[in-house]
Amino acid sequence: MKCREFVEFLMEYLDGALGESERRVFECHIEDCPACVNYLETYRETVRLGHSVCTPDAEVPPDVPEELVQAILSARHPKR
Amino acid sequence: MTLEATPAPSEQKLLERLLAGEEQAYEELVRSYGGRMLAVARRFLPVEEDARDAVQDAFLSAFRSIHRFEGNARLSTWLHRIVVNAALMKLRTRRRHPEQSIDDLLPGYLEDGHFERPASPWRTDGLDPAEEHELRELVLRSIHSLPEGHRNVLLLRDIEGLDTEEAADLLQISPGAVKTRLHRARQALRELLEPHLRERSAS
Repeated sequence: MKCREFVEFLMEYLDGALGESERRVFECHIEDCPACVNYLETYRETVRLGHSVCTPDAEVPPDVPEELVQAILSARHPKR
Repeated sequence: MTLEATPAPSEQKLLERLLAGEEQAYEELVRSYGGRMLAVARRFLPVEEDARDAVQDAFLSAFRSIHRFEGNARLSTWLHRIVVNAALMKLRTRRRHPEQSIDDLLPGYLEDGHFERPASPWRTDGLDPAEEHELRELVLRSIHSLPEGHRNVLLLRDIEGLDTEEAADLLQISPGAVKTRLHRARQALRELLEPHLRERSAS
């Protein structure tokens, strides 16, 4: 297995979607390839960072601008 | 992700008042959930006016279909799906700008299949609050610089927490295409973050 194939199947590996023999080949490659270990870890970190910057804890809920509230409420009764 | 309102009004009570057509209840719904809905819309639509339009469309759509809301889902989850859908609809009506191909953002390989530039470890923990803020801005900026078709899949799956089938349905593409685009979008985002996070660990 080459690094190119490792990256190609990485998401399936992390999702547990690889078959037993494919998984073994995959894990065999990791043991000998520090670049792919780093790639796997930083790929995971990328997913985690994307998720964490947008979670409610990380994000102060913005106020609803008053003009937006009024626009929504008046659009509910367009004839008024 | 759901839109946990702060403070959450009693959803059931609010729902009953909405169904009874109580005017004040509509305003409460907008004030309780509008902020989080705007945050979701802004992730898909960086132009503020577009994001606000999407939130307005979402609420009007929710008002029209409130009687079809099924009590087995959370009101917040239901509103979340509606605003995501409104944001995607808004994107479809906008003129598309030429953008970078995703291929330019994927890792490069040598002829023998090894990386052109092997990945290095990152350090993203132990940051002070200013660095945390900087990192958050960097991640958001990098997500926004992904090509739209890939960015939307990444937002739906990794940020908004939809599953593959739901994302495929909303984007009108196959579940296989969602998986392929998600993996490419994550790789591209990783490439965009790498130079910044490598620098951090070297300093």
